Amino acid sequence: MSGAQMTSQAAAAGPARGLLLAAFVAALFIATGMFQSWTLALLIVNMALISSIMALGVNIQWGYAGLFSVGTMGFVALGGLSVVLVSSAPAPGGWSAGGTGIVLGLAMGAATIAAAVMAASKMAPGRRRTVIVAAILIIGFFLFRAVFDPAVQAVEANNPATHGNLGGLGLPVLLAWPVGGLLAAAAAWAIGKAALGLRSDYLAIATLGIAEIILAVLKNEDWMARGVKNVISLPRPVPYEVDLQRTQGFVDWALSWGFDPVTASSIVVRLMYTGLFAVVLLALIALSQAALHSPWGRMMRAIRDNEVSAEAMGKDVTRRHLQVFILGSAVIGIAGAMMTTLDGQLTPGSYSPLRFTFLVWVMVIVGGSGNNWGSVLGGFLIWWLWVMVEPIGNWLMVVITSGMADGWLKGHLINSAAHMRLLTMGVILLLVLRFAPKGLLPER
Amino acid sequence: MDILNALVAFLNFVFIPGVAYGAQLALGALGATLIYSILRFSNFAHGDTMAIGTVFVILLTWGMQGMGISFGPLPTALLALPFGIVLTAILLLATDRVVYRYYRRVKAAPVILVMASLGVMFILNGVTRFIIGTSDISFTDGERFIMTAGDFRESTGLAEGLAIRTTQGVTLVVAIIAVGLLFWFLQKTRTGKSMRAFSDNEDLALLSGINPDRVVAVTWIVAAALATTAGTLYGLDKGFSPFTYFQLLLPIFAAAIVGGLGSPIGAIAGGFVIAFSEVMVTYAWKKVVTYLLPDSMAPSGLIQLMSTDYKFAVSFLILIIVLLVMPTGLFKGKSI
Repeated sequence: MSGAQMTSQAAAAGPARGLLLAAFVAALFIATGMFQSWTLALLIVNMALISSIMALGVNIQWGYAGLFSVGTMGFVALGGLSVVLVSSAPAPGGWSAGGTGIVLGLAMGAATIAAAVMAASKMAPGRRRTVIVAAILIIGFFLFRAVFDPAVQAVEANNPATHGNLGGLGLPVLLAWPVGGLLAAAAAWAIGKAALGLRSDYLAIATLGIAEIILAVLKNEDWMARGVKNVISLPRPVPYEVDLQRTQGFVDWALSWGFDPVTASSIVVRLMYTGLFAVVLLALIALSQAALHSPWGRMMRAIRDNEVSAEAMGKDVTRRHLQVFILGSAVIGIAGAMMTTLDGQLTPGSYSPLRFTFLVWVMVIVGGSGNNWGSVLGGFLIWWLWVMVEPIGNWLMVVITSGMADGWLKGHLINSAAHMRLLTMGVILLLVLRFAPKGLLPER
Repeated sequence: MDILNALVAFLNFVFIPGVAYGAQLALGALGATLIYSILRFSNFAHGDTMAIGTVFVILLTWGMQGMGISFGPLPTALLALPFGIVLTAILLLATDRVVYRYYRRVKAAPVILVMASLGVMFILNGVTRFIIGTSDISFTDGERFIMTAGDFRESTGLAEGLAIRTTQGVTLVVAIIAVGLLFWFLQKTRTGKSMRAFSDNEDLALLSGINPDRVVAVTWIVAAALATTAGTLYGLDKGFSPFTYFQLLLPIFAAAIVGGLGSPIGAIAGGFVIAFSEVMVTYAWKKVVTYLLPDSMAPSGLIQLMSTDYKFAVSFLILIIVLLVMPTGLFKGKSI
């Protein structure tokens, strides 16, 4: 069989294959709804939608441009931070305690870095430059600490049991989603400026480190979002279940359809989230598809496939890389903001790179890197597995150990079933890489 | 007197912990750099290889303790270490056979091998948690201290104490032995020389009849020995928990890159650079400074440059600075 024939076959099989796989994943969710509960199925759908958007962001970086960035967790966390900063109520007395000092301190820190970068780029290389840059950084650091530290202490001493932070702006929570994207984009710009010139392995290590640093900042800078003390009861874009249950009209409507009002309220609320997330996902997909099939998208793939020849054609590779890195990070930031909105709280302690960086990578690779719909498919499939592997593993262990005498080993095996999900994800990733390296929905 | 006290405080809180941590990082970075220079990819599973190697050692230690075997004043884990290395080596060779060998055969891009190592990372992480759970485990036994702070104060009459824990002494001695063996192996033995040749120029090495499969197998065995030793020493010193080992990936790679990826000497230097920077930047210098300055100028704050939670930031900043100033690291590494 010649190569051309194979390609045309693959192209013909493309849509059918995609529909078949989508139907299979849909069947998984419907089965979950039918055999377990619809509230659970909707819960998984909502997180799957968010995961798909994260995967879309990683796909923009990796699939379009071949950037090996493993800092996903950091951008997710920044999106979460934006929800607190935008939508939570201002902490009473927080700003007057030390708000100006904090803003002034941060501005001084930024000015120091800007001055150092400026000196480094404007002056001729040599000992003089090294000394001056170092002096700017050291003096700037101590000035920054001198202004910043007392202000932080004052803010954190302000009613620490419930606040101890500056609080947010009290704006509608939906506004936090684009802001989360902007915040992540700004961070990505700074990171990209420093790290994108590096080789692929270095970029991976650098982004891995930056994600950990972003999280460390979130955990420790209590004045911002209360650190590991968490910010809870963030505002919601949808009504509360209890409010629905108190509304006579809703109860009548549910009863008229023969639903239990309590279950109906939680399903309706989750469906509202599903609708919101689906709108965002579809909008982003539409934009991504348009971008991918525009001249810009072709240029990106040309750079990805052969940097040297793209550069020879006059394309500014570093600049394009920075652009695509920022775009992908912004998408991830939006997803992060959506996730924190869904949770209704920001818990920096719960972010882990396995869950928020590498799992998203598994989604992209399994779905098919370079294919936007593949990311969505991967997001849904892998998220469903991530949630369901634990009960399945538990059940499997109980079946396997049913013949065993009760004892230490049996208890250990059943308790350990919870760790099956990491194992499963690793096995899936390796199998896909080995036997379907282009993923379930290959790029066409 | 005050200067001596300041020196002792510095040794006790900065130098000795820094040396021990640096030796552990150096061993970890050596393994990562070796895999990079011969197999030509950044092994993201290295932290979890250290974890599972340590798990083997912990299980063997428990078995030995159960049988009443002990190593006198030294930790029993040192007796278990060689067996742990053998088990880890078998595991890594099996991983290579099942996962990596295929990608070498098809000459896949390095980044594909990195992806595969992500899969291995997930699996090893899961297996580690499966075997031993997620809680912190301390498996050191024997004497706790080579020298306690109290003894030091009594014998010298200084106000500051200097404590050296057994695990710190063991770390340094074992690391020196391991590094000595490694360099002897790489410089003097035929297999070691063939590994260096393979790392320098793969085609030339193949042309001169070096068996690539053998080189790769030996590399995995050496990497297993280094990773298990590093993991065990770190676990003896600071306790074992799977998540910490996963996070060690960052300082380890920072050390390897700062030293120059692919350069063994660089990995050692990088390990100590990263370790000392982390300890020095996150240490509260108040005690040392108070001894050095007259009473009237005694500091009121902690004089801590950054809170300990930012130690990742330190490894990372050094990484960026070195990469910007010396893109191939302190000792000229290689780049693909």
